[in-house]
Amino acid sequence: MIERKPSLIPFITAGDPDLNKTLDFLKIMDRYADVIELGIPFSDPIADGKTIQMSSARALGSGTSMAGVLDVVSKFKEGSDTPIVVMTYYNLIYHMGLDSFLAMAKEKGVDGIIIVDLPLEESSEYRRLCEETGLKTIFLAAPNTSLERIRDIDEASTGFVYLVAHLGTTGERENIPASTLELLGKAKRICKRPVAVGFGVSSPTHVAQLAQAGADAIIVGSSIVKLIEEYGRDAGPYIDERLRSYEEAMKSRMEKV
Amino acid sequence: MKFDEFGGMYVPEAMMAPLNELSDAYRSVAADSGFKDSLDEILGTYVGRPSMLYLAKNLSKAIGGAKIYLKREDLMHGGAHKINNTIAQALLAKRMGKTRLIAETGAGQHGVATAMAGALLGMDTEVYMGSLDVHRQRMNVFRMELLGAKVHPVDTGSRTLKDSINEAMRDWISSYENTHYVVGSVVGPHPYPEMVRDFQAVIGKEAREQIMECEGRLPDYAIACVGGGSNAMGMFYPFIGDDVKLIGVEAAGRGMDTKEHCASLTLGEKGVFHGMLTYILQENGGQIAGTHSISAGLDYPGVGPEHAFLKDSGRVEYVCATDKEALDAFMKLSRTEGIIPALESSHAVAHAMNVAGGLPKDDVVIVNLSGRGDKDLEIVMEALK
Repeated sequence: MIERKPSLIPFITAGDPDLNKTLDFLKIMDRYADVIELGIPFSDPIADGKTIQMSSARALGSGTSMAGVLDVVSKFKEGSDTPIVVMTYYNLIYHMGLDSFLAMAKEKGVDGIIIVDLPLEESSEYRRLCEETGLKTIFLAAPNTSLERIRDIDEASTGFVYLVAHLGTTGERENIPASTLELLGKAKRICKRPVAVGFGVSSPTHVAQLAQAGADAIIVGSSIVKLIEEYGRDAGPYIDERLRSYEEAMKSRMEKV
Repeated sequence: MKFDEFGGMYVPEAMMAPLNELSDAYRSVAADSGFKDSLDEILGTYVGRPSMLYLAKNLSKAIGGAKIYLKREDLMHGGAHKINNTIAQALLAKRMGKTRLIAETGAGQHGVATAMAGALLGMDTEVYMGSLDVHRQRMNVFRMELLGAKVHPVDTGSRTLKDSINEAMRDWISSYENTHYVVGSVVGPHPYPEMVRDFQAVIGKEAREQIMECEGRLPDYAIACVGGGSNAMGMFYPFIGDDVKLIGVEAAGRGMDTKEHCASLTLGEKGVFHGMLTYILQENGGQIAGTHSISAGLDYPGVGPEHAFLKDSGRVEYVCATDKEALDAFMKLSRTEGIIPALESSHAVAHAMNVAGGLPKDDVVIVNLSGRGDKDLEIVMEALK
């Protein structure tokens, strides 16, 4: 699903501020995105920082449901081939039933899945069913994941490996630590799958740095969600502008090469 | 390690390394007599163990049935069973080279018990507490501060216990190199449910020996309240292989036909939350539901995974008591025995009174009196108005 390198993968929470607006935002993101990551909101997002916590709360406040999110994916897919990866917490999927969820996600046009709180150890059934259904799995690797384990995560991920840039939750940060760039180098040598980097990536400089360091894809979430927090239903043009700045940051790198 | 399908490690990848480190450390101290000796010494000289097993003659007489014994965890330092676990985890953390403790707390009992352990062992302590609870339990916030802990109000979600766990987990993901997360109940990802149970099992072990001494036989019933379920697991675990009826009492809040309860085992569905597969109160397709109980310590939408297993296997029976039933038991025990129980424990007392009333005089019921009620006086005053 990662074709151009580096790819840009923007993230928003579905249903923030409501699902109709999400469809508009997806169309704007589609101008720049190689893959889109769409969050299905959960009441207790323990891996997320304040920005995405509040976004999830707004989305749930507008009555967002799993079925509603998948319908938006389906509508978006009517006009675009851009891969959609949904990100969520396991309880929403468990509640629906793993097989029913995967079947429905596939039917609605979802391409890949990230389950934040489903580590390798608990994932065998999920992986088997994804393979059967033809959905891509995306597992996360963190700065404290051993290289041996990164190898297993690579093995288990059929979409890409999601490398977490910071030890902690999602959210904007000042800079990308040197240790992250080092880890990215190691992961790149180990992994057969593309390596996407996310968590704390917010400025065009971060994007350029990661592109320079060889990231196959760069995931930006909180900085876009923050625009929705600030501008609500009118966030569209700001999202467009922000994504264009990332795109340019990546291009400047490409030109250097 | 799972309890059949329940439990597990449903956590973000970044928590796997600290959890595995903790599992290894726990396994190594579980087999280390030096650790056990240090722990036993603190339990004996500081916590006040063993706790008494007290025959509540007046209460038994007033009910007119079986003999009711109270396991007096309310007399432990800090006023509840919580300290059995916090001291043990803090000692373990110290062995692991950690210098900082973090904890979640609802009513504040676990936060206070962690602050005590931190003060005793010279470790920095920070406690996450829902801002609603900070407001409701001002005295416990002040207690924690007196003990040298820093209290962080949590303003997200329902601003109660579950949110304070979310926030403690978020802290731990980035701080685990010098920090141990002292989980306060038999909940969370492996190894917490097993480890906290083992640290609380001292309750049941003592009760078993004490009842053999008093009655020359095992009890007919052991009864404990269940929120996350640590005092109940601690009481039940040593009796699991015996012919003793075990009953866990959940909080029915304002009634099982309302949404204002926290009876996860009785009315919850299987799900995954706070790192474990267990019974959870959910709404709207798997979102975690809001809960209510007059006792903040039971006010949690999940429950320890071993309880889920013991429910499904049929070994333990789980029932409920309402706010009102708990309050009545609170009053009854205060009047008949001069013992003011915690509102949490009052749920167990309430059900024990029902059970004992229908039993012959020679039968024996043990109730885990997991905490004292001083912390609840304001709430009770309000409720009696």
